[in-house]
Amino acid sequence: MSSLRSITLATLAKDIRLEWRSKDAINSMLFFSLLVVVIFSFSFDPNAEESRQIAGGLIWVAFLFAAIVALNQTWARELRNQVLDAYRVSPAPANALFMAKVLGNFILVSLLEALMAPLFMIFYNLRALGPAWQLIPVALLGTWALVVNGTFFAAMSLRTRSREIMLPLLLFPISIPAVQSMVEATRIILTGDGAARFWIVLLLTYDVVFTTACLALFETVLQAE
Amino acid sequence: MNSIKFLYAAYIATWLIHGFYLGTLLRRYSRLRQQKKELGK
Amino acid sequence: MKRAFPILAILTALLLAYAFYEAMWVAPMERTMGDVQRIFYYHVPSAWTAFLLFFVNLIASVIYLIRRNAKADAIAVVSAEVGVVFCTVVLVTGPIWARPVWGIWWTWDIRLTTTLVLWLIYVSYLVLRRFSDSSQTPKLAAVLAIFGALDVPLVYFSIWFFRTQHPQPVIGGGGSIDPRMLHVLLLNWLAFSCFALLVCWARYRLELLEREVEDAQSLESLVGDNRLGVKRPGEHSLPLKTNLPLDKNTSRTGTQ
Repeated sequence: MSSLRSITLATLAKDIRLEWRSKDAINSMLFFSLLVVVIFSFSFDPNAEESRQIAGGLIWVAFLFAAIVALNQTWARELRNQVLDAYRVSPAPANALFMAKVLGNFILVSLLEALMAPLFMIFYNLRALGPAWQLIPVALLGTWALVVNGTFFAAMSLRTRSREIMLPLLLFPISIPAVQSMVEATRIILTGDGAARFWIVLLLTYDVVFTTACLALFETVLQAE
Repeated sequence: MNSIKFLYAAYIATWLIHGFYLGTLLRRYSRLRQQKKELGK
Repeated sequence: MKRAFPILAILTALLLAYAFYEAMWVAPMERTMGDVQRIFYYHVPSAWTAFLLFFVNLIASVIYLIRRNAKADAIAVVSAEVGVVFCTVVLVTGPIWARPVWGIWWTWDIRLTTTLVLWLIYVSYLVLRRFSDSSQTPKLAAVLAIFGALDVPLVYFSIWFFRTQHPQPVIGGGGSIDPRMLHVLLLNWLAFSCFALLVCWARYRLELLEREVEDAQSLESLVGDNRLGVKRPGEHSLPLKTNLPLDKNTSRTGTQ
């Protein structure tokens, strides 16, 4: 068990180090996220009353787009350098690689969200009328839901034609209950209208179910490449 | 009542969809039989 | 076996015709909605059939992952494709029914919305099968089917709760059903089930034929045209002449 954790952390540290050295990918993703927020603000220009109703949906759709951009490059480095073949023949458990990738993506997407969220609050004059602290579990659980399935489907898409479009095509339908939960929870917290607890519990359930499924089936997918 | 048109539309749509699918099956079938004949030659 | 197919096709056609007759003229008219309600006899059996087919796909996918049985994979493809067709019928007849009755094309009706998500998942399944060009496609598709199956209860719950917060019309109504209507409904379901079975059978035979042709084609490209006795231009059936010095008295192989 400890080897699983050490391999995961080592792989994660390597990924972070590599990303940090050439910040190209991150910088362009940050700029993309900024652009998404601006475009949305131009397209949906509501007054303060309506903005809280739809802000939940806007924010999470924007996060979804940013997440897709981040997820699409998950395995790019591994593909370029035949790392996956090496991993297949090594005795290292496949799940360690998977968890490292998921954690890396989680950190990356959270970074993008940390940039976009304040911008949304500024452009839409948002202020939470409900318990604002609840936004934190919503953000964490919601991001995890997108990232864990996204990393998995990115691996599944590796040997398909039109790899980049395959990922959102697979991810979006499966993510529908998670996205609905995120959006509804955010809307409830912002408008203060009701309790977000059900949605947060549903998100947690979603995360548990699909993290388990991904861990159980990643080995199969890795061998299938 | 105007709504009877919707009833007809629904039933027609159902069989159009099924017919379209069966048509694609037929097309694939004939194309495959052609390919098989060419291979067997 | 082949003789049975046309016979069953005719029987199914008769059954469908009879079920149609009952749906249109024998079933009593619904009090509030009028004749439009008869869409129900096509909409609901299609939904049950689609769900059954998707369930078959799930079982076949799991069996494939455990046993790597090619036949299970073929059944998975067939049931997914035919399931999507029936699911499309549900999604088209649903709004056509909703429009005259409630004045709107779409409500977040729990069953219709779950059907929509199922349709999306299985269309993505079919796209994955088509776009994935590795020999491991069946495995990946089977994994996706399992993910889809895990997703469905979550979809159902999320829509259910959403509707308690935002009440919307229910398509198809809940509650008890007139036994005469139930009879017509079950009759149509039987007819459509036979039809689905027939279509699956045809699609399955098509799938077997497709795999047979594909195997033959890949074999041909491996072995070259020699198997068919056809020569490509410039190709010789004997080794080419080499430039080794040869004694005049020895025979030479190779063509001139």
